Amino acid sequence: MSAEAESLAPPLDRPAASTVSWRSSRWRTLALGLMLPVFAAVAWEAAVHFGLSDGRLVPPPSRIFATFAELAESGELWRHTVATVARVAAGFAFGVAAGTVLGALAGYSALARTIADPTLQALRAIPSIAWVPLFILWLGIFEESKIALIAVGVFFPVYLGVMGAIMSVDRKIVEVGRIFRLSGPAMIRRILLPAVLPEYVVALRSGLGLGWMFVVAAEFMGAGEGLGYLLIDGQQLGKPAQIVAAIVAFAIIGKVTDWALVAATSPLLRWQDVATSRAGEA
Amino acid sequence: MLAIDRVGKIYANTVRALDGVSLTVSPGEIVAIVGGSGCGKSTLLRIISGLDRPSTGVVELDGTAVAAPHPKIGLVFQEPRLLPWLSVAGNVGFGLTSVAKPVRERRVRAQLDRVGLADKAQVWPRELSGGQAQRVALARALVGRPEVLLLDEPFSALDAFTRTDLQDHLLDLWADLRPTLMVVTHDVDEAIVLADRVVVMRPRPGRVLEEIVTELPRPRDRQSAAFDFAKRRVLAALDRAQQRPRSIDDGEAQSAEGASLWW
Repeated sequence: MSAEAESLAPPLDRPAASTVSWRSSRWRTLALGLMLPVFAAVAWEAAVHFGLSDGRLVPPPSRIFATFAELAESGELWRHTVATVARVAAGFAFGVAAGTVLGALAGYSALARTIADPTLQALRAIPSIAWVPLFILWLGIFEESKIALIAVGVFFPVYLGVMGAIMSVDRKIVEVGRIFRLSGPAMIRRILLPAVLPEYVVALRSGLGLGWMFVVAAEFMGAGEGLGYLLIDGQQLGKPAQIVAAIVAFAIIGKVTDWALVAATSPLLRWQDVATSRAGEA
Repeated sequence: MLAIDRVGKIYANTVRALDGVSLTVSPGEIVAIVGGSGCGKSTLLRIISGLDRPSTGVVELDGTAVAAPHPKIGLVFQEPRLLPWLSVAGNVGFGLTSVAKPVRERRVRAQLDRVGLADKAQVWPRELSGGQAQRVALARALVGRPEVLLLDEPFSALDAFTRTDLQDHLLDLWADLRPTLMVVTHDVDEAIVLADRVVVMRPRPGRVLEEIVTELPRPRDRQSAAFDFAKRRVLAALDRAQQRPRSIDDGEAQSAEGASLWW
């Protein structure tokens, strides 16, 4: 849930005007924020160490770390991570492709919007997990149904983001293109695409966040490998350390992929850095 | 020559914005269009630019009808409307796609130098002040060397100092290639500083009420008696356009003898 909330947030967290006082207050905020989890971890570690609890159901940090290292050393962690990342990548690709095409159509043409949007909005109201039984019947128990579920999760934020972005392109900027007699394709390439790009990146980030959420649900459907499988396996065999290790792995790759997406698109959005840091002045 | 022939515009909601507007502007002339809000002056400018189509009548440039944006007609909007994702130089060169890159870069640099912003070439539009941004918009419109440059209340969003500054700057730029200028404004001072001829429009529906030829020597002294005289004539015409009781006595403006007193 927190991954989703975070990915929906606009990219405001870039340091722009770094002054000394700002920086020191940032470190202070970071330290204060870390205080609680670090204290809890140390306290629990100590409690187990001094025999106040056996830590079987709630493993102490050292045991989680050991399990993590063990999984990593044996190559298990790598194998499961690759399986999960591959599913997310495939589902993300399909979801983004469909969301972009349909969102662009619905944003560009009022007719397409009138025809398609009510149906898509109705489908969006269905909790996506409810599709699982149907997808299994249609696509089988293996990869296809999992990728389809992830793609559905990724589709909606991308569709909504692209449609909204295109509908909100400033008519005044489009007129600049008209005055310089841009052709249709040139108008799309030189005006519309750059204008929607910032919102598109936000839509991709929330799509990716949902993709990570749905891959867990998909792997709960019965998978032979994947981080979700590690979770279920840990539950069935009573290995809470393995569950937490898998959760940590999810958190890390979720954050890393989101960061990679931002890093890959930021050269195209450099102009916006200035805009966000000065938004108040205009 | 720019010829506007009986141009009318009726919007879909049956509002008649313009009705039978005719105007002939010779090359290099500077015409100001003034009038209260709703007199269709911006609509007229948009029709001349080719952004909007007239419901009746026709706009011709050198004998050919203008039905869509024309390479020889430039337009500067009330707001700079710079593209935020392009640098200042990128914005100025935006419309120069038909020329080779080295030529484009050279002309962009020369034009930026001309508007006094050579040092801002690589800056994002967001980092410019209002006056600088409008200078960039002027450079963007002028770099294509238009025969006609249309300006829709170009300086109305600026503070008074920047405004007079940019009015003088515009005249300075105009002197380079002497394009035809058509400036829509609601600032009478601006109209008189800039224009050879002031066209006063009347609202509902928009029509030309009067054309006032100012013919003051350039550069114009905003404090001179002659300037004040021209201003009184335009203000009196605006009063008539609004069908207000006369607030300005332009009795002497109506007679040649009266006018000669002021020169």
